[in-house]
Amino acid sequence: MAQSVVVQVGQCGNQVGCRFWDLALREHAAVNKNGIYDEALSSFFRNVDTRGGGDGPGIYKGKICSLKARALLIDMEEGVVNEILQGPLRDVFDSKQLITDVSGSGNNWAVGHKLYGYQYREKIVEKLRKTAEHCDCLQCFFIIHSMGGGTGSGLGTFVLNVLEDEFPEVYRFVTSVYPSGEDDVITSPYNSVLAMKELNEHADCVLPIENESLFDIVNKIHQMISSGKLGSTVKQNSLVTSSAGSARTVQEKPFDAMNNIVANLLLNLTSSARFEGSLNMDLNEISMNLVPFPRLHYLVSSLTPLYTLADVNVPSRRLDQMFSDAFSRDHQLIQADPKHSLYLACALLVRGNVQVSDLRRNIERLKPSLHFVSWNQEGWKTGLCSVPPVGHSHSLLALANNTCVKPTFTELKDRFMKLYKKKAHLHHYLHIDGMEQSCFSEAISSLSDLIEEYNELDATKGGPRTDPSRLQIAV
Amino acid sequence: MSIVTVQLGQCGNQIGHEVFNAICSDVHGTHGLCSKKENESYHDACKERFFCEEESEVPIARAVLVDMEPKVISQTLSMAARSGYWKYDDRSRFCQKQGSGNNWANGYSVHGPRHKEVIMNLVQKEAEKCDRLGGFFTIMSMAGGTGSGLGAFVTQCLRDAFPTSFILNHVIWPYGTGEVIVQNYNSVLTLSHLYQSSDALLVHENDVIHKICAQLMNIKQISFRDVNQVIAHQLGSVFQPTYTAEGGLHYSRNPLGDLMETLVPHPEFKMLGLRNIPQMPENSLAYSTFSWPGLIKHLRQMLIANAKMEEGIDWQVQPPSRLLPPLQPFPNRPLHFNTSIANLVILRGKDTHSVDLGSFRDPSLYTSWLNPRDAFNAWKTPRAFNKYEKSASLVSNSQFLLKPLDNVVGKAWNMFASKAYIHQYTKFGIEEEDFLDSFTALEQVISSYTILC
Repeated sequence: MAQSVVVQVGQCGNQVGCRFWDLALREHAAVNKNGIYDEALSSFFRNVDTRGGGDGPGIYKGKICSLKARALLIDMEEGVVNEILQGPLRDVFDSKQLITDVSGSGNNWAVGHKLYGYQYREKIVEKLRKTAEHCDCLQCFFIIHSMGGGTGSGLGTFVLNVLEDEFPEVYRFVTSVYPSGEDDVITSPYNSVLAMKELNEHADCVLPIENESLFDIVNKIHQMISSGKLGSTVKQNSLVTSSAGSARTVQEKPFDAMNNIVANLLLNLTSSARFEGSLNMDLNEISMNLVPFPRLHYLVSSLTPLYTLADVNVPSRRLDQMFSDAFSRDHQLIQADPKHSLYLACALLVRGNVQVSDLRRNIERLKPSLHFVSWNQEGWKTGLCSVPPVGHSHSLLALANNTCVKPTFTELKDRFMKLYKKKAHLHHYLHIDGMEQSCFSEAISSLSDLIEEYNELDATKGGPRTDPSRLQIAV
Repeated sequence: MSIVTVQLGQCGNQIGHEVFNAICSDVHGTHGLCSKKENESYHDACKERFFCEEESEVPIARAVLVDMEPKVISQTLSMAARSGYWKYDDRSRFCQKQGSGNNWANGYSVHGPRHKEVIMNLVQKEAEKCDRLGGFFTIMSMAGGTGSGLGAFVTQCLRDAFPTSFILNHVIWPYGTGEVIVQNYNSVLTLSHLYQSSDALLVHENDVIHKICAQLMNIKQISFRDVNQVIAHQLGSVFQPTYTAEGGLHYSRNPLGDLMETLVPHPEFKMLGLRNIPQMPENSLAYSTFSWPGLIKHLRQMLIANAKMEEGIDWQVQPPSRLLPPLQPFPNRPLHFNTSIANLVILRGKDTHSVDLGSFRDPSLYTSWLNPRDAFNAWKTPRAFNKYEKSASLVSNSQFLLKPLDNVVGKAWNMFASKAYIHQYTKFGIEEEDFLDSFTALEQVISSYTILC
């Protein structure tokens, strides 16, 4: 089976990554009852014999000895990574998988990308190669980072470039946390736009996430639980929000619930590649089906249901609710409304006790309320994985290539222009070696072009549909 | 003679497994409501066709399993072994670690050439196990990347390596929507390539089978397994042993050859559809009786009205009258009448000898350029199939698939005009030119089937 490597960069990237590894271990522990190192485990974990001390030889068959994450942890300060290394997940990583510095990037993309990038390039390449050598079939890199700061944004996108140079055949999926309008980092619009240019050019797929949306979702779940409206039917320990049963025992942090949602996104995204199902969906199928044009690779995601219902025998109505919710505005992981925008393509990744007839019924039911681009009226991709997430009977991850991402980008552009017109804070960037004014103008024009591509597609929405005339052949 | 089955991709492997299951349960599960001697020779003919029995307690399927990712094949092998009635040869499989990613170009241009030698060695070994090789039966879907792309490549290799053997491709037509977004591209590329190297394409449409599961089999929550089992049943009803008109007292030794001889009189026409009657849940079978005239009447109307199943047949459709001289270049026939090139009816169960099939010999059913006597054939056996006391199947080379084909080509062309997803294919060496060639080839096929008269 093919393997994936997670590269978590910066504070946000490492915190989300930490939740990911925790939940991934938990999921495999629930599925893999007999403690044998299996193919599913091998996609994210190595099995290592540590009895000789340190990083022993890899074991490919038999009992689980010591699991090591296929991961690279990068941060330009030590706090978060040190915390991980002292926490319950410490055994999953070792020092060879870390790259840290002490002084941070000061919320400056240029420091992360240009300064640290050049300074650490060799080290990054070396560690990536090492991680890749442990895989017999490396399929995908997952970068987790945030767009607003300095390290995640700057160095994260630098790593993306390195991956493209060094491993051109391996897919690059990027999970990017976008700053909200009220972000307390003043320079976050600069950092985000500079990073966007790199994502446009070098990523295969980007999964944009907004903190506001995560926050709203967490609130929504808390409300549901405390209002008692659903009363006894709601288990408080749903996989999405709680860490119960996982490796950690320390007090839950406020951001953990939010980060868990992102971690679950990655678990559900990869579940069909790891576990059995009647309609498998490998990772390389995602970009193949959802990216019709190279730059339009931003996928809006939603996860449902948000809580676990206590009854297990999937009443049909609730199952259908899961599909309806996946298209509603308040379940999206960014502030966007796919229902009122234009779909280029849509994927439904289902886990658990759901059959092809359930999928078909719901697609037929929902189709009339959605707008698809004229040349892809039937742009649905589906996957059925038989292993449900822990604590659920079924779940759905919907990925939409939809013009509803545009507002997020236009707002970002507006905030960028506000600063850029006054040349505010520019000097902090320009004094970094290799950073020039043209970096800014190129970045903003890359973003504008992207917005324009979405505009052009939006313009076709609702217009008269004229199919191109068919190829004529001489009879 | 024996048939070597080649299962390709997730779909091909899942269906192949159900086919062998269906065949085995037919042979082991019932006595077939016929004489012991009859049952034994049926049994023997079936074994020779699909299984070999060297040094093993249970029969081993004559099959080669190919997929680009390991999960499905390992599941398929273990399910077969657990059945206790038959199994696959563990060595007769090939899988890799990473799938083709729904990309036809990846399967055809990358995985195909890279793994040609290994796959063809497996096929060669399987072929050598047959005393007499009747040909190849490949099972694949045309929506994804491995079944479709690698499948098209392997079919070409089979043609090169076994120029005189028959090759029948079983092709799963994807649901109209909701499986793979680039399925119409993949389908266009697959069909146009198969048309060059295969002897015939036997097609099952997922949408049709899904409907059969819902309406005839009364299944509430339909799984892929249910769909595949119906497909397997239909395939079994064609490929289990029968007597041909010429074969006399022996079960036909050459099912693929007989099939091609009957149904594919011209290389421009090789799209075969399959209908089957009756079809119902097992627990209703005990309470149902059927008469041959009733079954035949239904099956014939399913043919001329292009009905996908015995429910909802349009009984108004009638063959055009030949008495009136044609006024136009095309005779005056109603649009929804389904014109045939050739048909094969297979009858299984008691009293098959007395069945009147005259209604299928009606010349007005067929294109005028073929002698109606050559255009129709019937195979029969008194041995009942799979718990059905009487059952009839129809394999038809007709306009059955014209509309689905026109749909697929139309949708793919629509997407092609906007150049969407093309970059994913050029990445693996399939250029716009290649697409155009495929479109041209299929428009030709559409045109040929459209102007049948």
